[in-house]
Amino acid sequence: MIEVVERMSPPRALYCEFPLGRPLGKPSDAVFQREVIERGLELLEASEPVLATHPEVVESDETPLVCSIPPRYDPDVPPSVDEAQGLRAAYDRALAARGTTSVGRAIDADDVPAALEVLHQWATGASWEDVALPGKNTVAVSHDIRTYYEEAAMELVAGSTPGGRAAEAWFFEETEAGRTVMAARTALKDQEAPFPFWFYMAPAHR
Amino acid sequence: MSVDASMRAYAATLPVPEFETTAFTTLGKPLSEARVAIVTSAALHRPGQDRFDLVDIGFRSLDRADRQLVMGHWSPNFDHTGFQLDLNVVYPIDRLEELAADGVIGDVAPRHFAFAGNQPDTVSEVRLDTGPACAAELVADAVDVVLLTPV
Repeated sequence: MIEVVERMSPPRALYCEFPLGRPLGKPSDAVFQREVIERGLELLEASEPVLATHPEVVESDETPLVCSIPPRYDPDVPPSVDEAQGLRAAYDRALAARGTTSVGRAIDADDVPAALEVLHQWATGASWEDVALPGKNTVAVSHDIRTYYEEAAMELVAGSTPGGRAAEAWFFEETEAGRTVMAARTALKDQEAPFPFWFYMAPAHR
Repeated sequence: MSVDASMRAYAATLPVPEFETTAFTTLGKPLSEARVAIVTSAALHRPGQDRFDLVDIGFRSLDRADRQLVMGHWSPNFDHTGFQLDLNVVYPIDRLEELAADGVIGDVAPRHFAFAGNQPDTVSEVRLDTGPACAAELVADAVDVVLLTPV
């Protein structure tokens, strides 16, 4: 949104039309990242406020990631719970490889199946006021579930560099957990839960 | 229109603080002698630091050697997997180290700072309180140049 930059008039800005969430444009591309930084540093030579535009546009990829999803294993639990349990090994490998996880806003990885169980109950008729969600905060819990899946997915597709919205599309369009989050979100809306409780459980465009 | 494009179009309609003048200063020394720091709005923190709250006007200090970082941002509206694959796409600390090793910049600052990009609409708290407090930390570290990476 270059219009915002123009209105706020910062002293020096390099406007980059890259995928949202990737301000340096391309993960695992040191040459490209360095070029972006050097273009920014060149603005230090300006003698008055300057707004430059990076000449390359990097588009997001909205095609769902091609990533394996565990087969159904335990018919006695909701599909999303079964699926989340099946992804645990990949999540653990990702955690071991990176040394840290961004899961933990409200719940940790151990709580993901139980949280999905409650979202499933909400989606199938239970009242959000009667059935308590582990972690309580619907937005944070939904984000933690998505992060758990995305970190597992990045491990399962290791060696590739998915585009900017590929993992989001995979989560919401291909996984049982994504469908459960969306169904619970709709249920909260229908139960007239406060707007911030349900709206921010998923990206605004969904 | 792509999702990113539609989100940019929507964001362009939102009110933002507008300024009649622009704060501006020149570097005053060669870039090859300048100390550079990163300030990001990606809500990064070390695992042991306080997490970012839903509305969090504060900042976290990151040491130059930190690489195992958490992205604590609350917005579901942007990609987080780029950071999982390579933190430099958000926080280009390895690129700064390379620029210093090559003599392009003088030095990498000992500390870098992270805010959360989701802020109250007026951004008054960052403008009047935590922003100046962070700037004071940068000055204390003799930082000459700050690279801002917005998320």
